[in-house]
Amino acid sequence: MAAGSIVNLSRRRFLRTGLAAGAGLTLGVYLPAARAMHAEAGPGKAAGDLVPAAPFEPNAFVRIGTDNQVTVIVKHLEMGQGTYTGLPTLVAEELDAAWSQIRPEGAPADAKRYNNLLWGDSQGTGGSTAVANSFEQLRKAGAAAREMLVNAAASRWQVPADAITVRDGVVRHAASQRSASFGELAEAAAQQPVPQEVLLKDPEEFRLIGRDLPRKDSPDKINGSARYTLDVKLPGMLTALVAHPPRFGARVKSFDAARAKAVPGVVSVVQIPTGVAVLGRDFWSAHRGREALAIDWDETQAFTLGSEQITADYRRLAKQPGRVARKDGDAEAAMAQAARTVEASYEFPYLAHAAMEPMNCVIRVTGDGAEIWNGEQFQTADQHAVAAVLGLAPEQVKIHMLYAGGSFGRRANPQSDYVVEAATIAKATGGKAPVKLVWTREDDMRGGYYRPLYYHALRAGLDGDGRPIAWQQRIVGQSIMAGTAFEAVMIKDGVDQTSVEGAANLPYAIPNLTVDLHSPTLGVPVQWWRSVGSTHTAFATEAFLDELATAAGKDPVAYRRMLLKDHPRHRGVLELVAEKAGWGSPLPKGQGRGVAVHESFNSFVAQVAEVTVRENGGFSVDRVVIAVDCGIAVNPDVIRAQMEGGMGFGLSAALTSRLTLKQGRVEQSNFHDYTVLTIDQMPAVEVHIVKSAAPPTGVGEPATPVIAPAVANALHAATGRRVYRLPIELDS
Amino acid sequence: MIQLTINGSSHELDVDPDMPLLWVIRDVVGLTGTKYGCGLALCGACTVHSDGQPVRACVTPVSMAAGKSITTIEGLNSTVARAVQSAWQRLQVVQCGYCQSGQIMSAVALLEENASPDDAAINTAMSGNLCRCATYARIRAAIKEAARASNSGGA
Repeated sequence: MAAGSIVNLSRRRFLRTGLAAGAGLTLGVYLPAARAMHAEAGPGKAAGDLVPAAPFEPNAFVRIGTDNQVTVIVKHLEMGQGTYTGLPTLVAEELDAAWSQIRPEGAPADAKRYNNLLWGDSQGTGGSTAVANSFEQLRKAGAAAREMLVNAAASRWQVPADAITVRDGVVRHAASQRSASFGELAEAAAQQPVPQEVLLKDPEEFRLIGRDLPRKDSPDKINGSARYTLDVKLPGMLTALVAHPPRFGARVKSFDAARAKAVPGVVSVVQIPTGVAVLGRDFWSAHRGREALAIDWDETQAFTLGSEQITADYRRLAKQPGRVARKDGDAEAAMAQAARTVEASYEFPYLAHAAMEPMNCVIRVTGDGAEIWNGEQFQTADQHAVAAVLGLAPEQVKIHMLYAGGSFGRRANPQSDYVVEAATIAKATGGKAPVKLVWTREDDMRGGYYRPLYYHALRAGLDGDGRPIAWQQRIVGQSIMAGTAFEAVMIKDGVDQTSVEGAANLPYAIPNLTVDLHSPTLGVPVQWWRSVGSTHTAFATEAFLDELATAAGKDPVAYRRMLLKDHPRHRGVLELVAEKAGWGSPLPKGQGRGVAVHESFNSFVAQVAEVTVRENGGFSVDRVVIAVDCGIAVNPDVIRAQMEGGMGFGLSAALTSRLTLKQGRVEQSNFHDYTVLTIDQMPAVEVHIVKSAAPPTGVGEPATPVIAPAVANALHAATGRRVYRLPIELDS
Repeated sequence: MIQLTINGSSHELDVDPDMPLLWVIRDVVGLTGTKYGCGLALCGACTVHSDGQPVRACVTPVSMAAGKSITTIEGLNSTVARAVQSAWQRLQVVQCGYCQSGQIMSAVALLEENASPDDAAINTAMSGNLCRCATYARIRAAIKEAARASNSGGA
């Protein structure tokens, strides 16, 4: 049976036995097996530690030792979004383990066992899929282990298995008052046959799912012992800094390393495809060495446009029809019949991810392959890319997945850019010493792979009652999928689905609707950025819809509700957020309230922002109320945290972040000119979770795109002025 | 040779006097809880205490720290520090965690100086500590909770 092909036996059982009380879902189990030895170390473990095989390893996700510790192997990167808590919860739930005995461990790179079930045969983290794709797989892993422990106890105590209960990590036979811990049963459980099908709990029976269990990574992140890539230290390791070209597409023409090599602590200087690498015994020597380099760049192939010119080009392009992403009815004809029309255009700058931990990667070339230490988000792609550089087979590239100090998409790079850079340095130095590649903040800011600059042109026609009867949206911006391995799947009929997501699936009842797209090719490297296409489509659609409500003389919430009658989950979050925010209640002069609702990654988020506009034109975002429907809430507190933080991440882009190019050079370099949200700008925030029995969906990204339109709409309520460009400048 | 005390241990270091304290702490002494985020005192991830005062280790030449008593996240042990770390745990502040050593060091320094900071005092003390996960709401709440716990004698 292939992974992911699930035999649902519960229906047959229900038909056979009727509605048995407390019966959950019986599922056929196909789980990859554990391997005998574990040579991988996860966060918190010393690099290169050999993890001894535990006595009981029923599958690739669970390991139970005689010390009663339950290790859950987590296949998804912990970058703040809570995978090291949410995924172990799924195992612990069906295992009936005590939360205190659960310990997460990062999975090795092995797509056969640890692929993302929503990505086919590839291993990686992204698209807010970690819990969604693991929900059934990890519960089955826990249930299978539980059944083997129960059978071991039944056999030892000579009692029927169905007379045994398990709770909080204790296996018990009530009638004979016998009990045993998992650890005491581990060796015997390993002798039991692996079940071919398991009964999963009915959600009513959940004891851990739905609770605010404390994050597993909190203690180490509070006492400073959590290990990130920057913290890796291997015997003989050198630190490498790379001098990159001043413009994308430029190359090294020649360089003089004499002064760099004279810096104490500098060990070597090598040319690599992306620049010149300086290797030193520590960061400081490599840094000083890099400053001492003299490099002559060949900029004949370099990208030399500026943001202003790109925007002007996009504005011209938006006058021409693009590739059609969605066409309902005849928007052009309906527009001609409209009682009135409304037009607006929106501009979005390039954005850097600017995770707190700049990109970095450790590599060691060994006799039989290579080892990578990384905040690893894209195992399969990175394995293949490193293997290609070093002339290895992908499985010879071992990857230690460490905590990432943020990513927001950046560490899942389709070109494996910084990981490959580390490999090219290892190759150029003959693999003699382990190498830690460190990007400075400036390298990170200017290293490309940005959220693309986008331009949207919208036009709508309203009937005599103010209902939209026509909607035309034209989107212009670089494709993030073009030229990547995802192009075949993600670009359909010339339309990059990630360029139009959030617009092409506009939920509002508008009979004549067209969305089309231009994807110009430019030499600026671009990539997904937390919430991807929705970073711009949510703003354009929700700011514009608000403008239509005003034109129609309707309340923004009532107008949306009217147009969402066939979208109960959108309506659900909209109505919840309106109620909790006190929508419609009066505000003092100078204050305003705005709303936005948006679906991304199969989750539904609505936000109400309250702003205060000062007389000098400045403003503050004072309060944000968030409602989210993400299906079953596995850990409500982690969901609240992702809503708070995801909103705050979007608020940076709404208020202050902007990356600009001038003659091809990135104008910003560090946090003084690429500004991000600070604590004094963070609004009070409250989160309300819709109770749901639907399968869980993503929470890492969906809060991010909703805040900018909510704030813009609130500013309109306060001032009567609309926002057409991010970041928001009230006087623009 | 430069002498400095880190978390109560004295170190005699033969390093470039211009080397930032951050890299001495991380690469020479080997304490990695203090993070690099910007190198220009713009993000606060490298915050440590120098004779009790919060400083940005990334722009502090080690020569300036000579003779000083440096405390890093690994060396926190005051009553206030325990109250802060325990509030961070109770309120589940962390996400990616990378900035949190610096956040905690700034928060402890604030509370050592001002036992009951209001929002304005928190903003002043903490606005130089960036968090891209935007855990700010919980940081603010945790500082207030730590203040309450410290002032009521418990931690």
